[in-house]
Amino acid sequence: MQRIAPSSVDVANDAAVVAALRRGDENAFTALVTAYSGALLRLAQDFVRTRAVAEEVVQETWLAVLTGIDRFEGRSSLKTWLFRILVNKAKTRGVREARILPFSSLELDDDERVVPEERFRDADDMWPGHWATPPAPLDTIPEGRLLAREARTRIAEALETLPESQRIVVTLRDVAGWDAEEVCEALGLSDVNQRVLLHRGRGKLRAALESYLEET
Amino acid sequence: MATPEKTDLTCREVTELVTEYLEGAMSPRDRLDFERHLVWCSWCRDYLEHVRTTIELTGKPDYFEPPSPLREQLLEAFRDWKRKSA
Repeated sequence: MQRIAPSSVDVANDAAVVAALRRGDENAFTALVTAYSGALLRLAQDFVRTRAVAEEVVQETWLAVLTGIDRFEGRSSLKTWLFRILVNKAKTRGVREARILPFSSLELDDDERVVPEERFRDADDMWPGHWATPPAPLDTIPEGRLLAREARTRIAEALETLPESQRIVVTLRDVAGWDAEEVCEALGLSDVNQRVLLHRGRGKLRAALESYLEET
Repeated sequence: MATPEKTDLTCREVTELVTEYLEGAMSPRDRLDFERHLVWCSWCRDYLEHVRTTIELTGKPDYFEPPSPLREQLLEAFRDWKRKSA
């Protein structure tokens, strides 16, 4: 799929988007579809066996959004609700296909660190374990670099390369905006494992952002 | 006998505790140690800002053109839904 320019519709403004959808505004619908279908499709593919089935799940999700929008009460954000519909549908399809999620046999490597060891001082230093190569303060970085589309794109690319279990958790927490409890329940994860997966996944996204910011 | 002072956290430890901190999953004692480290360590404050910014950027929409059959089907479904609900 091709990345395209952001829509002029502010998809984060739930009240405006919901009102526009209810009055049948096609632009609002298209904006939502272009903003979230990529992430929905990626996530659906983690639950079902083929890309074709994942596309069907995404399509069913959007149809459910249309038929349900009049009943949407705004107790969660529109985005959170949208991903909830997708996960329910994708899980149902996944179960039917006997697709096994990576969480049933989750093995967490205790030695995995979010920041490489060489960025900290050695044991024989006066300050062992403290930064040798600290992160650059964000206020020294030209504002445009953080606001640039490229910053968001780099993070999205890093998200795609995460191990599946980390990608699912980070997508539900940080893209979809679910809370920890909902993620644990949907995936059958313990609090601790959810947090470890989130931590490691976010760590890699942060590293991707940092390497983007270091480029001149 | 005096209780020995708990050793201060290292920056390496702070980077591994960041999520626990942001999730509000720390004991009050651990939280205090974490925040005390942040008071004197601007590098770790910068690190925490990196993490917060990453989370914020991850949550922003990422615009894609959906594959064309899907896009057509969705638009058709939308117009159909609009007719019915009118």
